[in-house]
Amino acid sequence: MSGPRDAEPKPPVRWGTHLFLASFAVVTLFPVLWVVKMAFRPEQTFATGLNPLPTVFSLDNFRDLFAAPHFWQQMLNSVIVAAVTTAAGVFLACTAAYAFSRFRFPGRRAGLMAFLVTQMFPGTMMMIPLYHVLDQLGLLDHLAGLVLVYSTTAIPFCVFQLKGYFDTIPRDLEESALMDGASQFTIFWRIILPLSRPAIAVTALFSFMTAWNEYILAATFMSDEASYTLPVQLQQYVGDYTTEWGHFAAGALLVSAPVMALFFLLQRHLVGGLTAGGVKG
Amino acid sequence: MARVELEAVGKRYPNGFEAVHAFDIDIADGEFIVLVGPSGCGKSTTLRMVAGLETISSGALRIDGRRVNDLPPKARDVAMVFQSYALYPHMTVFENMAFGLRLQKLPVAEIEARVRSVAERLGIEGLLDRKPKEMSGGQRQRVAMGRAIVRRPRVFLFDEPLSNLDAKLRLQMRVEISRLHESLGATSLYVTHDQVEAMTLADRIVLMKDGFVQQIGAPLELYARPVNTFVATFVGSPSMNLLPGMVQGDRVVGAGFSLPLPAGVAATAGQAVLAGVRPEHLRRAEGAGALTGAVDVVEPMGNESFVHCVAGEHRVVARWPGFVAPARGEAVALEADPAHVHLFDAATQARL
Repeated sequence: MSGPRDAEPKPPVRWGTHLFLASFAVVTLFPVLWVVKMAFRPEQTFATGLNPLPTVFSLDNFRDLFAAPHFWQQMLNSVIVAAVTTAAGVFLACTAAYAFSRFRFPGRRAGLMAFLVTQMFPGTMMMIPLYHVLDQLGLLDHLAGLVLVYSTTAIPFCVFQLKGYFDTIPRDLEESALMDGASQFTIFWRIILPLSRPAIAVTALFSFMTAWNEYILAATFMSDEASYTLPVQLQQYVGDYTTEWGHFAAGALLVSAPVMALFFLLQRHLVGGLTAGGVKG
Repeated sequence: MARVELEAVGKRYPNGFEAVHAFDIDIADGEFIVLVGPSGCGKSTTLRMVAGLETISSGALRIDGRRVNDLPPKARDVAMVFQSYALYPHMTVFENMAFGLRLQKLPVAEIEARVRSVAERLGIEGLLDRKPKEMSGGQRQRVAMGRAIVRRPRVFLFDEPLSNLDAKLRLQMRVEISRLHESLGATSLYVTHDQVEAMTLADRIVLMKDGFVQQIGAPLELYARPVNTFVATFVGSPSMNLLPGMVQGDRVVGAGFSLPLPAGVAATAGQAVLAGVRPEHLRRAEGAGALTGAVDVVEPMGNESFVHCVAGEHRVVARWPGFVAPARGEAVALEADPAHVHLFDAATQARL
């Protein structure tokens, strides 16, 4: 690749650009660093001062959290809810998206449109009806209730995302498999799904994050402390009169850790998702 | 291998568009049929109907005497090579070739043996562990053919398999397909828009236009006796010269030319016709010739040159053998042997 090289910008321009970007980086990173600082400080006060870097390293806050009566139970709740939501959501979204992408059936357009419309309303708007539904089903205070709500709200977006990706997979591949004697299910399972790994990774991450981070619905539907998810428990540290900032910050770090881990794990696929698609090329 | 019969096979889409009109052909066991025509002529649709990828709207498709209209592709026992190769990107060459055999639940040892022997035959045994993206276009093309061959189907279908290759490779693969067909002896249907591929590969050519079969016949038959002007100009390169004129006695006379009438032609005096002469049948005349033109463009090919002339309101192309060709602007007199003059009705475009 030897195209004409862009001339290096003049120093003032370069410095200006760097200053601009650096200031945005600071604005973005500052609160995060503050949380880190508070988490490692053995106090419950709000961190003040300009220095966002930790000055002391104490694990007291984490120890307190681990020792809290329901912490491990709540962690497990979060994991179960997020994992099952992801598994169910991705599986259903894959099959639905494939149908929308490849088959022509009555109600196809209307279905897609309905999915789109549901995305236009904020989830909180559905809170009361959902509460009623879960109540009728006897699923309030049950993890299954949360899984049900989370999957149904995540699926439309997942379907759209996956359908878009499936649309880019050449039909020739499927027809070729058909000629090779594959059934529709075999084609889906052995050709389409393996080729869609990047898109599925992104979709799974999205589902997982939605379920893992969600607070408002969980706080509304779960009243027993033992059935809380972590975000709901976190909020407990913010009281009416006092806020346990240290515990809150440590909890926030713990909650974001799995999501970050997933990001790193799926990184390769996420990047692949952007560049994949050229099958013939 | 198999005999394939198409009896008035037609394709009509739900929107009413008729892509293929009553297609009739009886393909003998081991025959190589090439469907050729401009894009949108229905050749690919016909192939896909035989494959089972497209439903058949009317008529009957029989393989070895059995009606297969409503059978899914896998029950028809046909294999297809796609223009895009359609190799499974996430599988190695071996897995690509073994995919169909595994679905048939053949023993592992047999799959291994079959894939290896076909790979050897195609010269791709060194590529078996590669993924499609790690191969060149020509190699992918071979794998795509190998995947079809390894299944030992009753009928081979090719959908423009060489269109994505560069010119040199296309030539090479064309010869290879010819050789493969020789050795496999498999009934084959081959779709292309390239008349050279059609001429060189086919036992019989089916020339299509707008969903209608124009002519079915051996390559040289289409070349020597085209049934209409479409076939006449589609087959052969450069195209046949067509000159509008009128029958006068034993000649066709038009603006600036007078060609001898071929023997045994059913034309009446005064009839408006199109006289067709292929470039290779126009030669330099000793005397006045049949027409005189000024040389406009000369295309040297090495062993011959194509000389484009302007004769009055017509343009004609003549093939000049050897290394010497007239210069641009030079006036040349051309004549044609009556045996090589084709005559078509000006109104119906049909051969007279």
